[in-house]
Amino acid sequence: MTTDIQIKCRNVWKVFGPTPKAFMQRHNNNPSAQNLSDEGYIGAVQDVSFDVHAGEILIIMGLSGSGKSTIIRCITRLNDPTSGEIELEGEDLLAASPEELVELRRHKMGMVFQNFGLLPHRSVLSNVAFPLEVQGMSVKDREKRAREMIDLVGLGGREEYFPRELSGGQQQRVGIARSLAVEPDVWFLDEPFSALDPLIRAEMQDEFLRLQKMLKKTIVFITHDFEEATRLADRIGIMKDGRMVQMGTPEELILHPADDYVAAFAQNAPRDRIVSAKAIMEPAGDGQKSQPENSVPANAKIGTIAAQIIGADTAVPVVDDEGIIVGQISRQIMSDALFGTDAP
Amino acid sequence: MSDITLHNNSSLAQKYSVVLQFAAVIAFGVLLANLWQGASRWPAEWVIPLKLWLTEFFNWLGKEAGIGDYKFRDLTRAIAWFLKQPLTWTEYLLYRGVRSWGMPPLPWVAIVVGIGIVGHWIGGWRLALFSAACFLYLAIFGLWKDSMRTLSIVLVSVPVAAIIGLFLGIWVTRSKRAASIITPMFDLMQATPHMAYLVPIVVLFGFGQVPAMMATVIFAMPPMARCTILGLQTVPSDIIESGAMSGCTPRQLLWKVEIPSAHQTLMLGVNQVIMQTLAMVVIASLVGASGLGQKLLFSLQQLRLGAAVEQGLAIVLIAVVLDRLSQALAHRQPQHMEVKQTWARRHRHILAFITVLVVSYALAKYSSAWAILPKKMTITLGRDMDYALRWFSKEAYPYISPVRDFITVEMLIPLRNFFLWLPWPVVLGTVMLAGWRLGGASVAGLTGYLVAMIIITGFWVPAMLTVYLVFSSVIICVLIGVPIGIWSARNDRVARFVMGACDTLQTFPSFIYLIPVIMLFKVGDLSNILAILAYASVPAVRYTYLGLIRVPPVINEAALTNGCTPRQKLWKVELPVALPEIMLGINQTIMMALAMTAITALIGSRDLGQEIYRALPTADTGRGLLAGLSIAAIGIIADRLISAWAKKRKEALGVE
Ligand SMILES: Nc1ncnc2c1ncn2[C@@H]1O[C@H](COP(=O)(O)OP(=O)(O)O)[C@@H](O)[C@H]1O
Ligand SMILES: [Mg+2]
Repeated sequence: MTTDIQIKCRNVWKVFGPTPKAFMQRHNNNPSAQNLSDEGYIGAVQDVSFDVHAGEILIIMGLSGSGKSTIIRCITRLNDPTSGEIELEGEDLLAASPEELVELRRHKMGMVFQNFGLLPHRSVLSNVAFPLEVQGMSVKDREKRAREMIDLVGLGGREEYFPRELSGGQQQRVGIARSLAVEPDVWFLDEPFSALDPLIRAEMQDEFLRLQKMLKKTIVFITHDFEEATRLADRIGIMKDGRMVQMGTPEELILHPADDYVAAFAQNAPRDRIVSAKAIMEPAGDGQKSQPENSVPANAKIGTIAAQIIGADTAVPVVDDEGIIVGQISRQIMSDALFGTDAP
Repeated sequence: MSDITLHNNSSLAQKYSVVLQFAAVIAFGVLLANLWQGASRWPAEWVIPLKLWLTEFFNWLGKEAGIGDYKFRDLTRAIAWFLKQPLTWTEYLLYRGVRSWGMPPLPWVAIVVGIGIVGHWIGGWRLALFSAACFLYLAIFGLWKDSMRTLSIVLVSVPVAAIIGLFLGIWVTRSKRAASIITPMFDLMQATPHMAYLVPIVVLFGFGQVPAMMATVIFAMPPMARCTILGLQTVPSDIIESGAMSGCTPRQLLWKVEIPSAHQTLMLGVNQVIMQTLAMVVIASLVGASGLGQKLLFSLQQLRLGAAVEQGLAIVLIAVVLDRLSQALAHRQPQHMEVKQTWARRHRHILAFITVLVVSYALAKYSSAWAILPKKMTITLGRDMDYALRWFSKEAYPYISPVRDFITVEMLIPLRNFFLWLPWPVVLGTVMLAGWRLGGASVAGLTGYLVAMIIITGFWVPAMLTVYLVFSSVIICVLIGVPIGIWSARNDRVARFVMGACDTLQTFPSFIYLIPVIMLFKVGDLSNILAILAYASVPAVRYTYLGLIRVPPVINEAALTNGCTPRQKLWKVELPVALPEIMLGINQTIMMALAMTAITALIGSRDLGQEIYRALPTADTGRGLLAGLSIAAIGIIADRLISAWAKKRKEALGVE
């Protein structure tokens, strides 16, 4: 598992205030909440460590102001972290010189912004071609590539439009096309769909999944919407007041929330579509096989097997791929899993 | 209600102590003046001859300064030479032609239609017709050549000032050190009347078109820098960051992302540069710029008011056309073309202009009236207007002059004598005490220092005359402007009209107001005051209006439920809440009034403005500069005191 780590963050701090570096040193790089508030500093990101694996969609979630944007901006070096280590593909990002940083952004990173960040004076085509233009690519090549990208996000025919002539959803498609134009290894999206209407948002999420199926990028995606997170994520990290409270698969977060904050987020999640039989079954069986018709597969999401289990008189066996019984689920377990333990 | 008007017992006690403090300072000052002659008039032998030193320094700079063989004078000559080139070419093009090459200037028809084409390109048919009609006026009224002289200076000064301003603005946003040097310098430049810059320019560059252009550039550049700073600072952070993430180097980020995104604010800066440039045309004529400004100045001085009206109108029309064009350009939004257009259609404006050019040159070959309208084909109503005016003054003067004399003798002269009598310790003491009460030691120190500088450099008497003029006009501005502002806030229709009028009045260059004032009241203090009044009352109106409509609705509703009558509501609730805003308007009025005192010097006065004006022909740099800086000092004192007061008051009211 160590080889496919694309981004590695260790004990990252970002502190805002008059002299953040000195402040951190004063407190041994580990100030308390009390230190911060006493001296009037803001700990936007506090002691955050995590890895991003190649090809995964990592979603960072949290309430507004919890430091999601700041951690992503530390990785892209739009903000310089106050302390800590960040590596991209094994290279120390914090040691990169301004010139190296420009090169990294030109070839390795792409980013999509909540408010799109389109250049108002440039057409769609010219916006998408912009990252290639600043690299010095010829007009012909960059426009060819930009047109491909525009077609990819379904905006073909709008090349000559200006951003203000497009709807929000269309503008964000331009933002996405632009960020993909340089074929980045890592793709950052900071609440890309939060400024959009719910209907458009769902459409854009499908679009996003479609693109990812083709492109297989490493993605760090920020949202404050748990439903969006569970639809898209391989793993989710939850942030609160600058700290990473928990990171894991959606299923882990729902079934084993680290604290009430995570539990509160998980509350409204569509459990039936996230939790699998394996995760809630109780131990049963001793290696024998079961008839396929009165058992359920271990990988099945509970939403798909709920009717069968609730309709059965006794606990239903859970089987693995070979049909061997690995556990069982009772009616009670299923209702707890679907509605939470405190449900009637 | 009591928490709004802030009247309670403890503050009443405080108020008494304030009154006592002021009374003590004043009494002490008056007493001192009675005991010691030097307190009512600073002894002449104690005046620091800073004036002379400055004059000598600039003379030395202009004549002798230098390193080895390289004189400072050579540098100024080189600068002048560089500026002269584009100006000469523009002049060739607009009205001179190059005789040795047989190249005639652009025919007036081509320019009139050309400006119409530009208007159409930027803003459609209405703007096209309006612009062309205004320029047609210049031709028909025989002001063509002078207009083109003025326009040449404008056309060259605007890009030069805009580019310098742009770079200074960029520099300020990139470097903290630059910001700490340049920002206060601009503040000082803004407060110093522009005429004061003229004197050192004359010493270093002499008289003529180029020095006039330099003065214009120096004067018109700060607003561009300010707009650049504002524009760059307000580019949305998303856009800047997306640029950075696109892999821009810092330079690419600036030129490809930030500057284009700030395009609207930058264009408003260019608009302000244009307006400032036109505001300068008369002032620039004092250092030898020929053109409309010079003609207007002569007409005013010879009291040929009919001609002055025509020339003044020409300047106003040029100003309004360039204002409309640049505003329309600033507000233009990019738009895609629905259907692919033919080459000819995309370039129709330039094609139209080329056609006009060819046709008009051909016509000019056939009859020179198409190149320059001969005098006998132009009209002027100047002479008739003069007759009419003379008749009108003769008829009206018997009625106007008693009013004028009454106001002058019974009100203005006593007021003036009072200001002249004021012993300097009284003024110094009250200003410092007010500064201390309002803004603490730093404000007291600064204001005190500025008053002291005026005293010891020997500008006390003209400074007090300036204060007297400004004081009288600002009082009237408030008495007229605030009620108009209140009325506008009460009535939307009035508001639309009044705000429109304010916008229009602000496009007029300041000296325009001299014309009607002299027409009605001849020269004298009253005319000065009325001209200042006409120029400076706009902010008093505007800020009163804005202050009142920004009173939070909650406060208004609370007042109504408390059973206030509309009148009580106005006096006890709205005005007190809006007062800080209104005071900021009055602050601006004072600044504009001070600037105007330098202009009214053209029609005679005895204040600091006159000191500057007198310094020009003799190239007495020290006198002109220090008088200008004294005006700036008065402005800064007023500004600091009022701002400190408004800040305190807003805090007390808990409004932003
Ligand atoms: N440039 C800054 N200066 C001071 N405080 C900042 C700055 N940027 C962010 N913060 C603070 O850091 C915290 C985290 O902000 P952010 O990362 O933008 O939150 P999120 O993206 O989760 O809404 C907030 O309290 C915010 O006010
Ligand atoms: Mg954010």
